[in-house]
Amino acid sequence: MPILKRRTLGALLVAAGAALAVPAQAADRFITVASTTSTEQSGLFDHLLPLFTQRTGIAVRVVAQGTGQALETARRGDADVVFVHDAAAERKFVDDGFGVKRHAVMYNDFVLIGPKTDPAGAAGKDIAAALRKVAEAKAPFASRGDDSGTHRAELRFWKDAGLDPKTAGDWYKETGSGMGPTLNTASAMDAYVLADRGTWLNFRNRGDLAVLVEGDKRLFNQYGVILVNPARHPHVKADMGRTFIDWLVSKDGQAAIASYTIGGERVFFPNAAPAS
Amino acid sequence: MMEPGSAFSAALDLVFGGDADFWGIVLLSLRVTLTALLIAAAIGLPLGALLAIGRFRGRDAVIVLTNALMGLPPVVAGLLVYLTLSRSGPLGFLGLLFTPSAMIVAQTVLILPIVIALTRQVVEGLWEEYAEHLRSLGLTPLGAIPTLLWDARFALLTALLAGFGRASAEVGAVLIVGGNIAGATRTMTTAITLETGKGNLELALGLGIVLMAVTLTVNALAFGATRASRRWGG
Amino acid sequence: MRATPSILPLRLTGVGYDAGGGTLIDGVDLTLAGTGRLVILGFNGAGKSLLLRLCHGLIPPTRGRLEWQGPGAGAGARHRHAMVFQRPVMLRRTALANLVHALAAYGVPGAARRERAWAALERFGLTPLADRPARVLSGGEQQRLALARAWLLEPEVIFLDEPTSNLDPAATKAVEEMMRSFTADGIKVVMTTHDLGQARRLADEVAFLHRGRLLEHGPAEPFFTAPRSAEAAAYLRGELVV
Repeated sequence: MPILKRRTLGALLVAAGAALAVPAQAADRFITVASTTSTEQSGLFDHLLPLFTQRTGIAVRVVAQGTGQALETARRGDADVVFVHDAAAERKFVDDGFGVKRHAVMYNDFVLIGPKTDPAGAAGKDIAAALRKVAEAKAPFASRGDDSGTHRAELRFWKDAGLDPKTAGDWYKETGSGMGPTLNTASAMDAYVLADRGTWLNFRNRGDLAVLVEGDKRLFNQYGVILVNPARHPHVKADMGRTFIDWLVSKDGQAAIASYTIGGERVFFPNAAPAS
Repeated sequence: MMEPGSAFSAALDLVFGGDADFWGIVLLSLRVTLTALLIAAAIGLPLGALLAIGRFRGRDAVIVLTNALMGLPPVVAGLLVYLTLSRSGPLGFLGLLFTPSAMIVAQTVLILPIVIALTRQVVEGLWEEYAEHLRSLGLTPLGAIPTLLWDARFALLTALLAGFGRASAEVGAVLIVGGNIAGATRTMTTAITLETGKGNLELALGLGIVLMAVTLTVNALAFGATRASRRWGG
Repeated sequence: MRATPSILPLRLTGVGYDAGGGTLIDGVDLTLAGTGRLVILGFNGAGKSLLLRLCHGLIPPTRGRLEWQGPGAGAGARHRHAMVFQRPVMLRRTALANLVHALAAYGVPGAARRERAWAALERFGLTPLADRPARVLSGGEQQRLALARAWLLEPEVIFLDEPTSNLDPAATKAVEEMMRSFTADGIKVVMTTHDLGQARRLADEVAFLHRGRLLEHGPAEPFFTAPRSAEAAAYLRGELVV
């Protein structure tokens, strides 16, 4: 090719190669945690993780997904630690050999949100009764519909109410998205919606929505943390992952969780088993 | 409720407030997209030119395929890259998932068909016009490629800017392969998604305004390229 | 002007060319030699442009042989003849860069290119155009630039396909002067035209093509005064032969 601009092309290739080489990680002192959108959007991680990093020098990279997707990410070996809230699925994850051990960390609670005017008359302390009222009134209800921990909990409550939302009419709307987007949808439609308290407290675009049902024991929402099994995925940063889990269930970690408040309200309640 | 004015002042606060996190997000977005663009250009320009001047069996099928891939949904591109780079995937050993490199790969996959298809189109037209002269100068079709790419420079710049626009505005692919990790893989678009999720619409729209400013700049450049092209007798 | 051995003569033996199921050139025997200007004449569609392209090597003949038979023929012969097209192909660059590009394509070392390109522009009075985008020049300027670009390559033969067909008289005159100066430099000019006046002004020898066949080839004077074929006679009288 005896012709011009060969050099230009060459330079372009070299530059591209250099650019690809650059993104190599500056420090390897980090772990990847697959967690839930509700945990991230509640703001807890922004409070918690800097404390941990300051203490250990280990950075924590959180990939926030629905519980189902987070467990799948961990199952594929793309995370070192999984931090979610669906006890049954978490136990299955460990039983199937993908995780080492499940540790209870904390709980928060779900709340039923709806329009302040409460056209269905759902307000009260009984989630099953409230959902029955919503169904009777055919009031709009926004469901996550994304196989997340919150979505799975919501489906349990419908079952408790003796109803099957799959056979419901138009008033039951699956958004197929995270907690925040579902709250946005509910706010725009004046719909009822089940949310975790943390995301709700941190949510800014509330419109006319308010908490209508809270305090029912069934609304209790347990979080667990699991180290991805290094026997299954040898590249898992087991030592650093263990350090993170140990800290979460330690006195320090538990105190850090307890100290997180939004507008003066505590959001997560530490309940790790006391260290032996 | 949110006021457009407050969104705009949120945007101004972000830009002029010297917020390190914010600038980190903007710089990461630009770094990822520009790198992807550079790689797509380095691969796509010569390939598109080859496709334009080459005559081989299956050429028509390849052209139809690249044209179709221009419309590849970003989420699908993201999913394919995710499955490839996942620890359980064929390239999992590289450990690239949830890093900026993974986002660069995903965006390259998005941009490449655009660069190849548009380059093919532009160079094919130019080759038709130039072929006799260049062959008269003793150049083989392969040897003519640098001449064709250089003379198509303005149209190709526009093609690259189209690729940049598509990559910088998309959220599906980078969200899947990057994970929207704060301080590591959070881009303007994934941050907008997150802030919208939090109901933090002012901040989301503020970021959106910054992204629009970038897009506006890119389009101004594309316009300038078209102008310049006309000056050279198009 | 040059010490390099000549690639001429170019001998065509039984050359034919088919395309689209038809025979466009057939049984052409022709020898190009000497330094005089050869003008190829014939009605539209006679195959004049095609014959130039065959000679220049842009298309391969379907039948017959084309051989550069001079002592300089061989591997380097491809770079010893150039062609100027009816509509000049101008790259999207400055006039100067168009010349530099041609030299680069010929493998001339980078340092010498600009110097030689400038010299060519000066030689033909084109220096004021050097930095202008070539494609926005007038038709006449573009064609002169195309001729300068061909000359720049120091060819022994230049093929020109209807070099003035789109030009006004002033531009035509300028181009004809350039072709005369080519001859003065010892370059063999082979051109087509449908402008009989131009043919009379420029031709040293004439080849007459009719329906893809070479009917006459010889010195210009006898051809114009007493053509041997009825077709050529009709052509010179301005009649149509169908």
